[in-house]
Amino acid sequence: METGLAVLCGIMAAASIFLMLSGNLIRFIFGLVIATNSVNLLIFVAGRLSSTAPPIIGVHAEVARQGVANALPQALILTAIVIGFALLSFVFILFYRAYQSLGTVDSEKMRFAEPPARETNRQEPAEKAKKGGRP
Amino acid sequence: MNAMLVLPIILPFAAAAASLLVKGNVWWQQTVSLLGSVLHFGACLWLFFHVCQIGVAALQVADWPAPFGITLVADHLSAILVAVTGTLSLAAMAYARAEISTDLLSAGFHPLMHILIGGVCGAFLTGDLFNLYVWFEVMLMASFGLLVMGQEKAQLDGGVKYVMINLFSTLLFISGLGLLYGMTGTLNMADLHMAVRNVPDKALLTAVAAIFMAAFGIKAGIFPLFFWLPVSYHTPPVAVSAILAGLLTKVGVYALIRMFTLVFTLNVAYTHGLLLVAAVLTMVTGVLGAAAFNEFRRILSFHIISQVGYMVLGLALLTPLALTGAVFYLLHHMIVKANLFMISGASRGAAGSFELSNLGGLYRNRGFLSFLFFVPAFSLAGFPPLSGFWAKMMLIKASLAGGFYFVAAAAAMVGLLTVYSMSKIWGEAFWKPAPEDAELRFSGRMAQEQDISREIWMLVPIAILALVTIVIGLIPAPFVKIAGEAAHELLHPQIYVKAVLGRG
Repeated sequence: METGLAVLCGIMAAASIFLMLSGNLIRFIFGLVIATNSVNLLIFVAGRLSSTAPPIIGVHAEVARQGVANALPQALILTAIVIGFALLSFVFILFYRAYQSLGTVDSEKMRFAEPPARETNRQEPAEKAKKGGRP
Repeated sequence: MNAMLVLPIILPFAAAAASLLVKGNVWWQQTVSLLGSVLHFGACLWLFFHVCQIGVAALQVADWPAPFGITLVADHLSAILVAVTGTLSLAAMAYARAEISTDLLSAGFHPLMHILIGGVCGAFLTGDLFNLYVWFEVMLMASFGLLVMGQEKAQLDGGVKYVMINLFSTLLFISGLGLLYGMTGTLNMADLHMAVRNVPDKALLTAVAAIFMAAFGIKAGIFPLFFWLPVSYHTPPVAVSAILAGLLTKVGVYALIRMFTLVFTLNVAYTHGLLLVAAVLTMVTGVLGAAAFNEFRRILSFHIISQVGYMVLGLALLTPLALTGAVFYLLHHMIVKANLFMISGASRGAAGSFELSNLGGLYRNRGFLSFLFFVPAFSLAGFPPLSGFWAKMMLIKASLAGGFYFVAAAAAMVGLLTVYSMSKIWGEAFWKPAPEDAELRFSGRMAQEQDISREIWMLVPIAILALVTIVIGLIPAPFVKIAGEAAHELLHPQIYVKAVLGRG
C-alpha cells in the first residue's frame, strides 16, 4: 500500500514538473495542482498507513488505545490544502490578469520586466557576456 | 514575560486589521498604520533587549508542552533579525507616505504590508517547522499582492515569474518537511535536533537536507536558483521593493542558517561543502550581473544576490568567527539594502527616472541625498570604517583561518567589483551633469507635485537608516559582541534545545 502510493507520488511529481517546465501558464497551473496533491499524498504516506482505526479517545479513557491512525499528517495536509487553495485562486487571477495585460500565456514571450536590448544597446552584449562569463 | 514573544507577530496583524477598518479615509489609514509600526518597532526592540538580558526565550503557545504544541523561540539570531525587521518596517511605512498613491492605498497597501511584516516576524520566531511553512505562505501571499499592486505590465510579468518559482520552492519545502516527519516523527525544531540522530539511514537524511537546501536556497536567492529575484524586485513601488529587498531573501538565509546549524549537522562535509561552493558562485554571479546593468534598482537587485553569498559563506564555514560574520552581515545588509532602494526612489523623485542614462546632476542639486547615498553604497562595498567593512573583514578572516584562500580571494574581489557598481551609480546619477529632462526638474521649470512634507517623509527614514549604518561602522564592538552571542548559540544547539524542551 505504502509502496504503491509512494510510486504514485513520484509519477505525479514527474508529471507536474513536466507540465510546469513547458513555459505555458495554463499548463503551469495544471502542474501546480498536481504537484500540490502529490505533496499532500507524500505527507499522508510519510505518516504511515498501518492502521485505519479512528484516532478518537473513548468516553472514559485518558489516552487513545493502541494502533489508531496517525492524525497529525491529516491535520498538516488539511492546512496545506487550505493554503494551497488560496494560492491557487490567486494564481488563477494573476495569470488571467497577466494574459489580459500582456497578451500571451507563453512565459518565454513575457519580456516586460527584463526587456531585451531596447534603448540601451549596451545592455545586450553585457547580458551575453554575463552568461558566457559564468564560472 | 515570555508571553510578550507573540507581540512582534500579533501587532502587525492588529495594525493590518485596524488600517483595513479605516480604509475609506487616507489620512486615518496612514496614521493608524504608522502608529501600528511604531508600536511594533517598540515591541521588537523590547524583545531584543529581553533576549540580550536573559538569553534564549521560549514560549509554549497555549501551554501545550514542547514537542506537541507550537513553540515560539527567540534566540539572539531571531531577536536581532526581529529588531531589524521592526526598524525597516517603520522606515518603509514612513517612506510610503511620500510615495504610495491613493490608488494603491485603496487597493490595500497598508494591510498587506503589515501582514508581510507579521509573516516575516513569525518566520523568525517560530520553533516549529510546519509553523515556519505557514509563515512562509503568509509572507508570500502578502508579497504577491504587494508586488503586482498597480498592475503595470512589468509588474505583472515579474509577478508571474516570482509567483511560479516561489510556489515551487514552498512545494519543495513542504515535501522535505513531509519526508523529515516520516523519518523522525516530529516537527519541533529542537526535538528534530535530537531525533535526527536516531534516524537509521543517514544518507536519506542528507537527501532531505538537499531538498531543504534547494527550497530555502530559492528563497534566499543562492547561485543557480536566484533568477526570480532580478526579474521582480525592480518593478513594484519603491517602499515595497525596499521591504522585499531588506527582508524576504533574508528570511531564506535565516531558514538556511537555522536548519543547517540545528538539524542538518550530521554530514557537514557534504552539506556545508555544497553551501560553500554555492556561496562563492552566488557572490561572483551576483556582482557580475550587477556590472551588466544600467538601471538603479536592477543593479541593486543583483547586489542582493551577491551579498547573500557572503552570508551563506559564513554559514558554510561553520566556525564561530564565520557565523559571527554572517550574523553581522545580515544585520548590516538588511539596513543598507533597504536604504539603497529608498534612495533610488528619492533619486527618481528628484530627477525623474531609474535609468542611469536619464539621471544626473544629483550631487549638484541634491547634496544631502548624495551624502545619504554615499554612506550605504560604500558600506555595501565594504569601505572602512562603514559597517560593511567589518562584516566582510570577519568573513574573509574566517575563510583564511579555515584555509580557504581561494574563497577569501573571491570575497575580496567581489567587494572590489561592488565598488565598481556603486561608483557607476555615483558617477552616472550623482556626478554626471544633469540630462535635459532632469535639468528641467531641478530648475523647477517642469511642473512637479513635490512638496516639502513629501520630501521630509522620504529623507527622514533614509537619513535615520544611514545614521544607523554609520553607528554600526564607527562603534562595531557591541554589535559584534551580540552577533558573537548569536553565533555561539548557533554552534551550541543544546542551548536552544534546553530553552525549548527544558532538557539538554
